[in-house]
Amino acid sequence: MEDKNKITEFNSETLDLVNRIIKRYPQGKQKSALLPVLHIAQSENNGWLCSETMDYVASLLGIQPIEVYEVATFYSMFNLQPVGNCVIEVCQTGPCLLNGADELLAHFEKRLGIKSGETTSDGKFSLKTVECLAACGNAPVIQVGTEYHENLTIQKADELLDRWQAENKISHTNPYV
Amino acid sequence: MAKKILLNNIEVPGLANFEVYRQLGGYSAVEKALKSLSPDEVTEEVKKSGLRGRGGAGFPTGMKWGFIDKKSGNPRYFVCNFDESEPGTFKDRHIGQLNPHQLIEGMILGSYALGARKSYIYIRGELFYVLSIIEKAIDEAYRNGLLGENILGSGYSLDLYCHPGGGAYICGEETALLESLEGKRGNPRIKPPFPAVVGLYGCPTVVNNVETIAALPWILNNGGAAYSAIGVENSKGTKLISACGHINKPGVYEIELGLPVEEFIFSDEYCGGIRNGNKLKAVVAGGSSVPILTASLILKTAKGEPRLMSYESLADGGFETGTMLGSGGFIVMDDTTCMVKNLLTFARFYHHESCGQCSPCREGTGWMEKILTRIENGNGTMKDIDLLVDIAKHIEGNTICPLGDAAAWPVASAIRHFREEFEEHVKLQRCPLSR
Ligand SMILES: Cc1cc2nc3c(=O)[nH]c(=O)nc-3n(C[C@H](O)[C@H](O)[C@H](O)COP(=O)(O)O)c2cc1C
Ligand code: SF4
Ligand code: FES
Repeated sequence: MEDKNKITEFNSETLDLVNRIIKRYPQGKQKSALLPVLHIAQSENNGWLCSETMDYVASLLGIQPIEVYEVATFYSMFNLQPVGNCVIEVCQTGPCLLNGADELLAHFEKRLGIKSGETTSDGKFSLKTVECLAACGNAPVIQVGTEYHENLTIQKADELLDRWQAENKISHTNPYV
Repeated sequence: MAKKILLNNIEVPGLANFEVYRQLGGYSAVEKALKSLSPDEVTEEVKKSGLRGRGGAGFPTGMKWGFIDKKSGNPRYFVCNFDESEPGTFKDRHIGQLNPHQLIEGMILGSYALGARKSYIYIRGELFYVLSIIEKAIDEAYRNGLLGENILGSGYSLDLYCHPGGGAYICGEETALLESLEGKRGNPRIKPPFPAVVGLYGCPTVVNNVETIAALPWILNNGGAAYSAIGVENSKGTKLISACGHINKPGVYEIELGLPVEEFIFSDEYCGGIRNGNKLKAVVAGGSSVPILTASLILKTAKGEPRLMSYESLADGGFETGTMLGSGGFIVMDDTTCMVKNLLTFARFYHHESCGQCSPCREGTGWMEKILTRIENGNGTMKDIDLLVDIAKHIEGNTICPLGDAAAWPVASAIRHFREEFEEHVKLQRCPLSR
């Protein structure tokens, strides 16, 4: 999956969106658009950021590639390695743990046959642990792309997995669309 | 019934739509302020209200606005802190998702008072679906003449935008947030200078929490005096508490400050008591960063007085026997909870989220996580417990930003109040509660 369609150029529709976002910041401060543009770039580049894509983002914003790498490596939502089509992020912080996040993660690991941080061999799913998602009242919580799934039980997790298997779920869609 | 200021209409269907919000009297505070009050008069009302920042630090909002440098001639910025990443805290999401116009109305009021022409809502990247809801509401506000050029014919113009984060708790710290908004890593800045003088793009800036901003429409409609009539001591008005953990009714509640903690935990109006008829063991009252308290100390102060949900009462006894109101993230634990394991997840969190600029925080949080893992897995020693206390002491107060303190306090307090449980892990060489 590594080499399919590395994004080194946005289509005109995406470029329009990016230009609208750049205009939100004062003149000369287009670097401010970096985080939103990286989110868009990652979604178009199969859910991760390769150096080619980051270089393209740098050229779009008129900044140095290193300024993009610095940022991409700092924020946990950016994947710097290829990921599966559907990335499942399981919250592991205290409040979710009080409500069974441990068992939930173990169940995902068992069903998918991978550990957290890994991708299934068919490239369909990746599993990640994340910190508090600001939904602790509905613990345990997982995130898949821009979707939250709350009050999860093992049974609900199975239903979701079955559905995602069947529909070949892709979690990295442009968050602005 | 407690007075509702922030959530009074939250259950109205379609509240996120402009028409519904407007019909309920929404944007009347903007009309009033822009047509009949000067920016300084708006600030004055906020000062009178006694409103304190709801992001965690509790700094008086009007006073903070008063520090803004209006003389420099540089543009001024008003920024909303919607990073909401403190474990246990999920109140801002509630407002953003269900009542985005209340936040937008507050943003217009604050921007007007400060003289900002461009304002930003910085929202954690994980909450993109909430960002979409807010952006839709912003579009509606533009279409109805409440944002953009010459708002309601008042001559005042404002542009408002959302900005997503990228997954980093530290960007909730206001100077890290500003760095992040400038497209950089979220490294907190050394203060002073404070943002009111040197903030976004080097210009005077105020950063406020979502809940703080959402209280502004009510304050401008009803007057600062009416707001300060609610509450106790210097804890004025209402506060959102996000309650989670082992309670019957987790959720977001609006309380009048001064409500007894016991009533909050056990009455059916709020948490509805402990799940499965279990016993209350411990509470983290204000988000993961504040000291944990035992059941008896959260219900009553060391002097034996009922503990209240207020800045003063929760802090009564200092860190020996008290805690902090913080962000209002109220985490309740029953007697099935392992204090070591719970603390371990918080230690891992702070280690993961340290930006790495200061060595006591960068290294200390890693050591604490490692030692706690050792104790939880049954490989700890008695010396490890004292070592944890020692590391926490060396982090506290020795860092650029308060994340270091936030990492140290949970460790110090858990060992202060539950030391025997740590010792038992060492003696048994396993977690006494694990199956
Ligand atoms: C590590 C750290 C994380 C923080 N996270 C948040 C946050 O998620 N939301 C927030 O409003 N304030 C957060 N704060 C507090 C902000 O620095 C700042 O005090 C607040 O945004 C000011 O707004 P207020 O006065 O309206 O509370 C955090 C502070 C620290 C040190
Ligand atoms: S205390 Fe920690 S998070 Fe704060 S600036 Fe220092 S290293 Fe970064
Ligand atoms: S701890 Fe999982 S959402 Fe907060």
